[in-house]
Amino acid sequence: MQSIAKQEMMALAGDQAVAYAVKQSDVDVVAAYPITPQTIIVEKFSEYVANGEVETEFVCVESEHSAMAASLAASATGARAFTATASAGLALMHEMLFVTSGCRAPVVMAVANRALSAPLNIHGDHSDSMAQRDSGWVQMYAENAQEAYDSIIQAFRIAENSGVLLPAMVGLDGFTLSHTLENVEALLDEDVKAFVGIRKLPNVLTHEGKNVPFRLDPANPMTMGPIALQNYYFEFKRQQEEAMKNALAVIQQVNREYAKVSGRSYGDGLVEAYHLEDAEVAAICLGSTAGTMKTVVDELRQDGVKAGLLRLRTFRPLPVEQIRSALAGVKAVAVMDKSMSFGGNGGPVFHEVRHLLYDTSSHPYVVNYIYGLGGRDTSPTELRSIYENLQRILQAGRVETPIQYLGLRE
Amino acid sequence: MTNQEKTWKEIAPAGVCSKSSTQYLTGDWKTYTPVRDPAKCTRCLLCTLFCPDGAIHWRPEKGDIEFDFSFCKGCGICANQCPTNAITMKLA
Repeated sequence: MQSIAKQEMMALAGDQAVAYAVKQSDVDVVAAYPITPQTIIVEKFSEYVANGEVETEFVCVESEHSAMAASLAASATGARAFTATASAGLALMHEMLFVTSGCRAPVVMAVANRALSAPLNIHGDHSDSMAQRDSGWVQMYAENAQEAYDSIIQAFRIAENSGVLLPAMVGLDGFTLSHTLENVEALLDEDVKAFVGIRKLPNVLTHEGKNVPFRLDPANPMTMGPIALQNYYFEFKRQQEEAMKNALAVIQQVNREYAKVSGRSYGDGLVEAYHLEDAEVAAICLGSTAGTMKTVVDELRQDGVKAGLLRLRTFRPLPVEQIRSALAGVKAVAVMDKSMSFGGNGGPVFHEVRHLLYDTSSHPYVVNYIYGLGGRDTSPTELRSIYENLQRILQAGRVETPIQYLGLRE
Repeated sequence: MTNQEKTWKEIAPAGVCSKSSTQYLTGDWKTYTPVRDPAKCTRCLLCTLFCPDGAIHWRPEKGDIEFDFSFCKGCGICANQCPTNAITMKLA
């Protein structure tokens, strides 16, 4: 057993935990605009800057579009860049999210997941980041403040890996995690600094025929993200897909390495299975809901129900093989979506999970539960009813209502 | 597309340019081509300054200007600026 690093127990809300992780991660540039429920991240980090506790350049931008533009620009020079946002802020970044991933700029961003207007709502759901699903960003969702802290540190290593070179967002549920005080074990500054290291830059061939580090540098000029028309655009997009595939292995590797330092790991880094070995009925969810869900699974297990849970820690890249293998023995699966795809056949997580199960031989029953929109609380009793429904489906041998709304007044 | 184009495995990431813009001929974008009447042209060189692509050159050895049609996109700014209306845009 390898000894883990000394750590400090702190009382931190999720946002504070994120700010603290960024403080320790030797970040060169932070460009951010405050928006509820991400505000504390920006406030707290501004304090670090004002107090001289970090050497980071903090850019007070005038909008989230500018926040992402500045983060991309900083990252393109080879700097380590971080930003944070939520809801409408993330929506305003939409255009720049694609530019950032297309420029292969490994910006790390915390998203304090929040509903989108209208009607106006500041509370937690996944509508904001799910709407950016196809923007070419790695997406991870934290279960608690501790994981938010750990995932931010890991995200720099994942994003900056030369086989990945993609921006990464870490989601933490608005208010449920962002504003709730928890015990967080923080690594010492030097251990985080050693773990994230100095950003390494792969070499690329420039128009001058020089093989130089991949960054904007007047001494070795290069052009990133210029026009690529019918003859090359497609090839660049295919490269991004390959980078996503590479991220699957990198996320697992970083999860293992981080466990050696901190003693903490989150499943294999991609998915976290809870009592799935012999489970007959199982749910799949993202984020903080998994915490409540584990309690429910414990209770069901005490009652003799073979219940399990699969938490998707990483949504992009989608861990297809890991999900298939985790659900191999499960007979009925409930996929939980904290966002809606209006007019679609269920929520986004449901689309993808049921789709990947099409090619398996086990063919479990798969139902969708849309829940918690606009921060609506989801009780253990409601979550338990999901498993009870899965058991009814198994008994009946058919699914009557594949898409259900949990906790909605009908 | 020709067989000389590189595959996605061979190109640098982020669309980093592999060749100089002088090797990327943009002249085939044009619909209209500037045609100059040398008799009307006073060699004031305003067109060389206004051309957004730097596609009109002063050739001192000839004492005349020369259009580089490999880069002229046919925007017509030269024709618009010409004080003697020596340049007209013709459908190529």
